[in-house]
Amino acid sequence: MNYLYYPGCSLEGTATEYHVSTQAMMAALGVELREIEDWTCCGASAAESVSGLLSRVLPARNLALAERMDSRGDIVIPCSACYLNLRRVEVEITQEEGLLDKLNAALGEEGLSYRGSTKSRHLLDVLARDVGAQQIGQRTQRPLEGLRVAPYYGCQCLRPYGGYDDPQQPRSMDPLIEATGAEVHPWTMGAKCCGAGLMTTKKEVAVELTGAILRAARGADCIVTVCPMCQMNLDSYQGQAAKVQGQDLGISVLYLPQLVGLALGLTAEEVRLKSNLALTDSLRQKLAV
Amino acid sequence: MIAAISAHTKEPEESPSWESIREHIRACMQCGTCTGSCGSAAAMDFTPRQLWRMVQLGLRDEIFTSRTFSLCSSCYYCTLRCPRGLPLTETIHALKRLAAARGFTAKEKGTRFYRSFLKTARRYGRIREMELMTRYFLAMKDPFLPLGFTPLGVKLLRKRKISPQIPRLSGPGKLDAIFRKVEELEADS
Repeated sequence: MNYLYYPGCSLEGTATEYHVSTQAMMAALGVELREIEDWTCCGASAAESVSGLLSRVLPARNLALAERMDSRGDIVIPCSACYLNLRRVEVEITQEEGLLDKLNAALGEEGLSYRGSTKSRHLLDVLARDVGAQQIGQRTQRPLEGLRVAPYYGCQCLRPYGGYDDPQQPRSMDPLIEATGAEVHPWTMGAKCCGAGLMTTKKEVAVELTGAILRAARGADCIVTVCPMCQMNLDSYQGQAAKVQGQDLGISVLYLPQLVGLALGLTAEEVRLKSNLALTDSLRQKLAV
Repeated sequence: MIAAISAHTKEPEESPSWESIREHIRACMQCGTCTGSCGSAAAMDFTPRQLWRMVQLGLRDEIFTSRTFSLCSSCYYCTLRCPRGLPLTETIHALKRLAAARGFTAKEKGTRFYRSFLKTARRYGRIREMELMTRYFLAMKDPFLPLGFTPLGVKLLRKRKISPQIPRLSGPGKLDAIFRKVEELEADS
């Protein structure tokens, strides 16, 4: 199996452990990732609120670069917002007449062109459907027995696109977590919003949303996520959420590839466990790291 | 009755985007599924369902001065669940663009954050998180705003997840050509 790889900006900064662990986990699973050369920002949720065309041109630039490297390769995207933006362009050029021409008019400024042959997929989709739980189970060297994991999906890996899971009651992480030997924390918050960018602009609202998710995760040893924004909000604002909720909400928040990577026998350093802000002692003990 | 209201509120100078926004929401039957699905609804001055009625009625000033659309976190729950299948989240984004274009939200944190974000993307091609926040703080001109982010910033620096980089304030930007062309194409349409 080999894929093109679009990490996105967060994975070079605040989500560096997601970048490192995704690559290490994929290598351990025998999956080859080729990073899109000269990739740039997808526009996140900022471009869409400023310019409709720009919010499609920025992802299209990366799709054009990907197409040039491999005209039929699937692109693996770990960040949910990047996934939504790149996928949207692929969908909308088939729906909106003249859009592809407009995109190419802008991309032509850099000597690029896009035909629409790429397929952008979220990392979770690739793990759940291409790699599969069975493969992870077979390659597991260090079963994470006794570990209780709350699978947190967030929004944009499921909605409005997705198609690999139920967008309201997602389950695709359950078999992957079970394949590592861990058990799944039963809860209904997996697809609820963490507040996303409101944490910067309307903090009081986002802290409320984050607090509700953290409260529901009580009883689990850790939360796993597949989105840099979700991880940041759940990991970094626990103290503030605890103040609002009036209870201790401390819990470790790992990226799914960190958890899977540990089960595959990777070291704590190889999945950059020290980069997570909230790493509880109880989790350290259970993982023996 | 509905025809009478729209005839009354239709003004000749309405921009195409406002018309397209109204067109998107025309089939809304006010069931309130959007409001029930929205995590931020409690903090809004008008709920999503009320917002869509206001769009149908053409209450533009009330909409653009409300907090409602700036509290959308783009979770797409309302869009997923809308029994009419209306593109609600995308319509919120269109409202944000229209409000910004008309200067209603120029001082809004969200607008300034988005602008700072795009300036950083244009210059370097990729987002440098530390510089983005610096640009945002400068744009907000509020000396106390950075204080709220300092504890997290220090933690992230310690973890080496962000690093101070010297901003380049002049010279060509990585994505200048594409940004310029987009502006040109948007001015034509």
